[in-house]
Amino acid sequence: MSEQAPTPAPAVVTAASPEAASPLRRFLSGGVGRNLGLVIALLLIVAAGAITAGDRFLDVNNFFTIIRFASIIGVISIGMTFVITAGGIDLSVGSVMGLSTIVATIAGVQAAADQSSWLLMVLVAMAVGAAAGFVNGVVIAYGRVVPFMATLAMLVAARGLAELISNKQTLIINVTPFKDFFRGDLLGIDWLIWIFAIAAAIGWFLLSRTTFGRRTVALGGNFEAARLAGLRVKRHTVMLYVLAGLAAGIAGVMMLGRTGVGTSTHGQLYELDAIAAVVVGGTLLIGGRGTIMGTVLGVLIFSTLTNVFTQNNLSTSVQAVVKGAIIVIAVLLQQRFAARGVRST
Amino acid sequence: MVKGDSAPSLLAMRGITKSFAGVHALRGVDLDVRAGEVHCILGQNGAGKSTLIKILSGAYQPDAGEIDWQGERTIIPSPVAALDMGIATMYQELDVVDGLTIAENIFLGHEHSTAGVLHTGAAHRRTRELLARLGHGDLSPSREVGTLSAANKQIVSMARALSRDTRLIIMDEPSAVLDAQEVKNLFRVVDELTSQGIAVIYISHRLEEIRQIGDRITVIKDGQSMASGLPVEGTPTSELIKLMTGRTVEHVFPPRPGVPASAPVVLDVQGLALRGTFDEVSFQVRAGEVVGLAGLVGSGRSEILETIYGARKATSGTVAVNGRMLRPGSVRAAVNSGVGLSPEERKSQGLLLEEPVFKNVTLSSFGRWARASVLNERRERTIAREQIDALELRPGDPDRAAGALSGGNQQKILLARWLVHGTTVLLLDEPTRGVDVGARTEIYALIRRLADAGTAIVVVSSEIQEVLGLSDRVMVIAEGRVLQTTAASDIDEHRVLDLIMEGVAA
Repeated sequence: MSEQAPTPAPAVVTAASPEAASPLRRFLSGGVGRNLGLVIALLLIVAAGAITAGDRFLDVNNFFTIIRFASIIGVISIGMTFVITAGGIDLSVGSVMGLSTIVATIAGVQAAADQSSWLLMVLVAMAVGAAAGFVNGVVIAYGRVVPFMATLAMLVAARGLAELISNKQTLIINVTPFKDFFRGDLLGIDWLIWIFAIAAAIGWFLLSRTTFGRRTVALGGNFEAARLAGLRVKRHTVMLYVLAGLAAGIAGVMMLGRTGVGTSTHGQLYELDAIAAVVVGGTLLIGGRGTIMGTVLGVLIFSTLTNVFTQNNLSTSVQAVVKGAIIVIAVLLQQRFAARGVRST
Repeated sequence: MVKGDSAPSLLAMRGITKSFAGVHALRGVDLDVRAGEVHCILGQNGAGKSTLIKILSGAYQPDAGEIDWQGERTIIPSPVAALDMGIATMYQELDVVDGLTIAENIFLGHEHSTAGVLHTGAAHRRTRELLARLGHGDLSPSREVGTLSAANKQIVSMARALSRDTRLIIMDEPSAVLDAQEVKNLFRVVDELTSQGIAVIYISHRLEEIRQIGDRITVIKDGQSMASGLPVEGTPTSELIKLMTGRTVEHVFPPRPGVPASAPVVLDVQGLALRGTFDEVSFQVRAGEVVGLAGLVGSGRSEILETIYGARKATSGTVAVNGRMLRPGSVRAAVNSGVGLSPEERKSQGLLLEEPVFKNVTLSSFGRWARASVLNERRERTIAREQIDALELRPGDPDRAAGALSGGNQQKILLARWLVHGTTVLLLDEPTRGVDVGARTEIYALIRRLADAGTAIVVVSSEIQEVLGLSDRVMVIAEGRVLQTTAASDIDEHRVLDLIMEGVAA
């Protein structure tokens, strides 16, 4: 009987049926309202930064530093948002990103890039990410392995493969145009920020305005219903993991641009930061609901927080504790929200 | 003789009601259980049995009604409270922990211990006694539960109930996972329990089992007790089936215009079989014809629909739509050929409960209005609104979450989905399950309108009256076999019941 004990009291659920909800509550539980909460949280952190670190924090350059810092995790998180919205999870994104930086910087690829174009390295990194995602997707959709296990295996394997290929060496980029590009900017704004912004815009459009996004939400909302409605659920599952892998590959390119080196240790634990950002951003871990805007805000909340702590010379350990607290609070709020929704039983 | 005839009432429930988000799961159930009896609860899927159990086990609170336990008015606030009162529940999904031993499972939550240190010896001794009481003294207390058969896991679950001072054990379809020999064994154990004065609530839809083991029966249909405390002896099976499947209110069925012989065959099923479930199902449905499948739960009727639809892969046989063979096991192939399914479990198989009505209506066809994969939600809303008006879906707001609607309106969403998609074959599994009386008539009329527009329709229903009233032709099914196919006008409820009973007995 012990497993039966945590059944929530359903009386609460019925009492708060949508009809009974006040307009305010309805607004707050709508898309805008939930992101409003995140904006308020972000503003509170900004206010804390302004009070504790003053002008140093409020400097325009610091503003760009925060977004720059958020950009790589941000791109990964956008891919992750799709997977989680569809009811899955991808633990391999950090490793896959690391692998993509290695493959894009091995001597052969660099030589070929020197001969042709530096964009070859970009394409290679993206292809590596997409290929790893494809393997994940096929194992999950057709091999019927649970996403957690399939992508955990990829996490381990991709990291190992990166070490094998690089012989655990750091690979330095000699392709000057590649380095020059990422040293440059557009309209005074760093390329990393542009890539993040473009990825967010495409991600938002894809999730909320396209058939791909509709299928993603349908899969996460009710997989069986989506299947019986005639959606190609397996094919779509594969595409979702390819998308997450592709995002990891793009993040790999960004990492190469920022650091100038490929190494198998790039992207360690990024999967956890990405999942945290996605969940804090209001995407349900069980799937069925997710927004790119929320994810972007989630990423910004974490990077702004890190910045505030750094400006105040607080240790990363303190940061970690606060981050943990934020995740718990976000999930608690989410559960309260979910409990207000309609039950399937 | 009825056991416990003179025994005082152990449990009395009166007028229990319960609804979820406006949908009535229970709308007035009476139940009276005496010490030492086996009280059977009989009802079709969705009749409200599980909700009733959950109320008894403390997982749900009733909206209204009274519960008397050992003669005293009571409430059962939580599962733990239910256990403390002496009510134990054996769920279908057994709640034993596979990784622990038998003894550990039995005393889970009330271990023999001193200052947190377990007395393994005492626990094993007690476990041996309990298992012996249940006639299973051969099981070792230190055996890991994961290595046991489903039958023995049930024994562990019962021993756990006995380890507390349990007065009532609720068994939720315990025989579903057992073979014939194990069922016999289970019955012996149940006899053992009742002879010790423990009452058993036995839930099953297998009538022959209830005959063997039950003392009294309560029949539930549509969340209401149709009959409470009927003696098993002296109540004919036909009476029970009628209570379980019969109509509660007179329904108005739309007139059947009759299908012209010239109407083309749209759906052609030949020799369809799914190993272990049904065999040799062959039939044809013409454009504008409604074919009904009549049979009890477990007869294979839902599985037949799901196999035609490709949601299950047929072991043999073919399905053709308009002369074109469907790829087996492919829902996509079926949908592309114009086959639609409205599944039995609307909420878990049909709807995105949190998503707005319009997205549920367009779930099978939203790609049609998309340009270069970009959704056209305005068009989708307009389409959904047309359906909302045509089907009189209430509330008529396309942006309302589907889960907030009543059963009847949720059913209309699914019908609208296939209307929008455009189907030539519509498979309806329990289209009026959980739908209240008023909305039923509307849904009947809707189904007939679809047929009149040339759709070939296959309907499955637990209610024989409904199958007979809706269909042009009826197939009677029992134990995965088609017993008879005939014009609905040539057969009546009694004949169908007779056929089913013969089929079940055979």
